[in-house]
Amino acid sequence: MADHRVSYTLDSTLETVDSAETTATRIAVEAGFGEDEVMQISMAVREAAVNAVLHGNAYDPGKKVKLEFETTGGDLVITIRDQGKGLDPDKIPDPLAPENLMKTSGRGIFLIRSFMDEVQIHPSQTGTEIKLVKHVPGPSGGAKEASQ
Amino acid sequence: MSMKTSIRQVDGVTIVDCSGRITLGEGSVILRDAVRDLLAKNQKKILLNLGEVTYIDSSGIGELVSAFTTVRNQSGDLKLLNLTKKVHDLLQITKLYTVFDVKDDEAVAIKAFK
Repeated sequence: MADHRVSYTLDSTLETVDSAETTATRIAVEAGFGEDEVMQISMAVREAAVNAVLHGNAYDPGKKVKLEFETTGGDLVITIRDQGKGLDPDKIPDPLAPENLMKTSGRGIFLIRSFMDEVQIHPSQTGTEIKLVKHVPGPSGGAKEASQ
Repeated sequence: MSMKTSIRQVDGVTIVDCSGRITLGEGSVILRDAVRDLLAKNQKKILLNLGEVTYIDSSGIGELVSAFTTVRNQSGDLKLLNLTKKVHDLLQITKLYTVFDVKDDEAVAIKAFK
């Protein structure tokens, strides 16, 4: 897979969430992922975009979501940045805890972590950056794993 | 494909045939309104047929939990029917599969309502 990077600057709208998901699906297919992994990647990106639009930027039309896809060294790396107040990952409740199981929200980050190989959350006063990594299957991904 | 619902009655049970995507926004709202309308009509035995649901996100999962809780709180019962593999897997990893009463046969599901 050739190294490649593409980025988008998007409004804080529900359309952005759908657009991010659609783009992630297309890029994951092009990167050679199988059907299940494509679904996982697209859902992880969708959930990250939901967080950025709703919880980060709070639908503020003056704030943007930056979405970046990079294929490099056998990895698909996806970065989503918002311009919100910053998400503290340590304060996210465990949705599998008995007291949270029947809550109607709070599963987004959990799903992202379930579906991606690596997840890094970098909050700051100017917004949150979430970096998602999925190892690409095939010769390049396999060679990387074998060398670790 | 956006979310669509179709309502039918079988032996006192209201079956909601759902199709499309249950996601943040329209999909979740349609499901919420459908359940709310049924409860307003005192139809409290609800079977959600998810066989044609192609996609569900965390908001959709939350909407299923909300529907389940709302119906139970009004002394009703809500069961799920015909989960696709995607929805099944999502309910498994979120530990909700055992919370919901999930059936894969409509006749069996209808009989399971008391």
